[in-house]
Amino acid sequence: MRLERPDDFENRRKHLADLTEDELEARFWDLTEKLVDPIVELARKNTSPSIERSVLLRMGFSSIEGKTIVDGAIDRGIIGKGVGNILYRLSKEKNMEIREVGLKLIDGELWDDAVAIFKGGAN
Amino acid sequence: MELKRNEKLDVEYILKDIDKYRPRRRGWHWREGTEEKRQIGKFEYFDMSEPLDQSQPLPAAKYFDDIDPQGKSVITTEIASGRFEDDIRRMRMAAWHGADHLMVIRTAGQSHFENLIEGTPQGIGGIPITRKQVRAQRKALDFIEDEVGRPINYHSYVSGVAGPEYAVMFAEEGVNGAHQDPQYNVLYRNINMIRSFVDAAEAKSILGWANIAQIDGAHNANATAREAWKVMPELMVQHGINSMFSVKAGIKKENICLSTVPPTAPPAPCMRLDLPYAVALRELFRDYKMRAQMNTKYMEASTREATVTHVLNLLISQLTRAEIQSTITPDEGRNVPWHIYNIEAIDTAKQAFAGMDGLTSMLEIKRDTGELADKVRELKERAILFMEEMIDDGGYFEAVEDGFFVDSGYYPERNGDGIIRKIDGGVGEGTVYERDEDYMAPVTAHFGYNNVAQYGEEFVEDPAKLIGGGTFEDPSKIIFIDELDPNDNVNVRLKEVEELRKSSKIKPEVQWLGDGIILITLFLPTDERTAEFAAIEIGKKMGLKDVEVIQKEIMQEAEGTRIELKGMIDFSIDIDDLVIPPKPKIMSEDEIRADISENPMKVVGATVGEDEHSVGIREIIDIKHGGIEKYGIESEILGTSVSVEKLLDAAIETDADAILTSTIISHDDIHYKNMKKLHELAIEKGVRDKIIIIGGGTQVSNELAVEAGMDAGFGRGTKGEHVATFLVEKRREMQNED
Repeated sequence: MRLERPDDFENRRKHLADLTEDELEARFWDLTEKLVDPIVELARKNTSPSIERSVLLRMGFSSIEGKTIVDGAIDRGIIGKGVGNILYRLSKEKNMEIREVGLKLIDGELWDDAVAIFKGGAN
Repeated sequence: MELKRNEKLDVEYILKDIDKYRPRRRGWHWREGTEEKRQIGKFEYFDMSEPLDQSQPLPAAKYFDDIDPQGKSVITTEIASGRFEDDIRRMRMAAWHGADHLMVIRTAGQSHFENLIEGTPQGIGGIPITRKQVRAQRKALDFIEDEVGRPINYHSYVSGVAGPEYAVMFAEEGVNGAHQDPQYNVLYRNINMIRSFVDAAEAKSILGWANIAQIDGAHNANATAREAWKVMPELMVQHGINSMFSVKAGIKKENICLSTVPPTAPPAPCMRLDLPYAVALRELFRDYKMRAQMNTKYMEASTREATVTHVLNLLISQLTRAEIQSTITPDEGRNVPWHIYNIEAIDTAKQAFAGMDGLTSMLEIKRDTGELADKVRELKERAILFMEEMIDDGGYFEAVEDGFFVDSGYYPERNGDGIIRKIDGGVGEGTVYERDEDYMAPVTAHFGYNNVAQYGEEFVEDPAKLIGGGTFEDPSKIIFIDELDPNDNVNVRLKEVEELRKSSKIKPEVQWLGDGIILITLFLPTDERTAEFAAIEIGKKMGLKDVEVIQKEIMQEAEGTRIELKGMIDFSIDIDDLVIPPKPKIMSEDEIRADISENPMKVVGATVGEDEHSVGIREIIDIKHGGIEKYGIESEILGTSVSVEKLLDAAIETDADAILTSTIISHDDIHYKNMKKLHELAIEKGVRDKIIIIGGGTQVSNELAVEAGMDAGFGRGTKGEHVATFLVEKRREMQNED
């Protein structure tokens, strides 16, 4: 919706006219928080391919390796578990190093085990 | 490796064993010693920081004992020519001039690339930011910061659809500053807003952990809006959203920097518009840092005009505050910045801050009365009204959908021309996934829900312990990718310019070694359009390739036009073939003065023969022009077109130590003939061994003057100090002979 509107500042500001500047500043930050909080909550509850790739970088995989693993997890509907989680669980179950698990996943192996462990991605 | 000031930095050395390099530190560095007065040279300064060990002072510093005062703001320069290896050389030049925040711009299109880019491909309008490139530049900066004696902050961008990966790579590689603002992705890169904010929280959490200073992207609204000064209320809102979001994602307030730019420029009355805005912003965001950007919106091709605007921007920084002072190169209005203009921009900031040192101890802003007070309050109120309407509209995402942002109206005025993005649109739409109840990420600095407790409460505080530590704890786990493209990489590019790097061949350059580009300034006595085409023809006749007029300015519509012309030469010069005369020796002012004071000296001077050009001799003698009089040498200029007989007689009568002759006219070698005549006459009169005789003039060479019997000849570019040095040395020599 494109809105065109003349400057009605004088009219709009009436409720602010009696505030001190300190009160104005407090109001500014209060409103900022109101705008930001729902987005922070959204970010808290969700993940993305980029976030998951960044987890794999931190776990000692290259960017190219990470992308293959994350794409594999998305394709199999288990991204909501976290790729780091998938690697961790597989390494425990298979008694393998994390890096070894990752390289096998890149080669297309162990995915069925991953899906089985996490029951096809359902909670 | 220790750099030597008179040796080039070896890029090949930087690239050697790059896979094993580890950064020496993490986090941002502010300048030190800023809150104290300090003595530098002959002056006391109020606002300067610790000086550098080695630096390149301003040109006029030679009048002030070569001091190089370093202001309190970190000074930024943005370098990215497309070839990071050439940028490294520019970074060293920048650091020597006083930059300690080196920012590399990303190549066009990088923000839409899912995943990191690897290797060292060439970029357009920036460089592809890759691990190898970042690592090489950080390594080079380690050597450069040791050389100049101040830590250098290295900076790039954490945005696009690979923000979290870039944040991780930057934390691993010791990058010190980063742009991060999800609003920038949404508004200017059309990245889906949900994806952008979800990614941003993770990226910010990582930046926070690595103590990387964050710069937001709000200033882009200035550059985009039709009338930049009208978006001021919105800018405060954008700063507020990114700042609050960053704090909630884990960045400390002192590492959150607002990228703020004075919105307007002359001929608008910019100080009256920009200053209240600067004050309002700094008050609202008193806990945060200011990264003061310079105006780019109203930049044209004139580097002079841009520089004046930027100095006014610096005045605002001085009157308010700017913990980081960015510099915009004055050529940004016409091309990707060239080496010399990065340096000009850094020097502009350094020069202005030195000149304005302590200004606020004498001047203060009338904060509580008059126009500024009213404007400050009004801006704050307008920003509040903006956010109130956003909340009424349903929140941030809905407001973006409804075109609130980058509307050219002065809010609450709306012109209906804002940027509209859809919640379910843009790059990366539909790529955000809800975390399941058992979601887990066994890494450090992860943001949001993370069910680590399912594997043991002991891991909750340190999830990376589950895997025995990640790359943040154990950098040996980082997997380094060298090159992916066998044809587009730094090794191939270095090979192409090997001759210029390793032989005595040299070519001019503006950004890349051997690019061969030169700039010519000329005036043509004709109208603008004719001048443009005439200039191109002139460039072609000079043998230049790819001739282009990059700046034209009307002096008067009919009388003439100023033109700046760029072109490329395709030859090189072998410096081994050059015949370079030895540098003339110059004594210090104090040494010459002491000699003259102990042993006074008298000289007579004139233009000889039929020559009325007295400018040269006045330059050499007159105290006003830095001539020899300033050392206490008693000097008499007899006049113009004086005969050699009269000149010699005057010297004998006044018992002068030296005769200075000057001739511009060189037709038929008349200048050397007159020198010879004077020399022979002096022998005839028996005074030649008592009087020093010097011949000067634009067409005079020392060798030919000496051949004509002079003690020395001085040509174009001679200054009083050269002549005075010679006089003192020659007299000592003659006294020793006696």
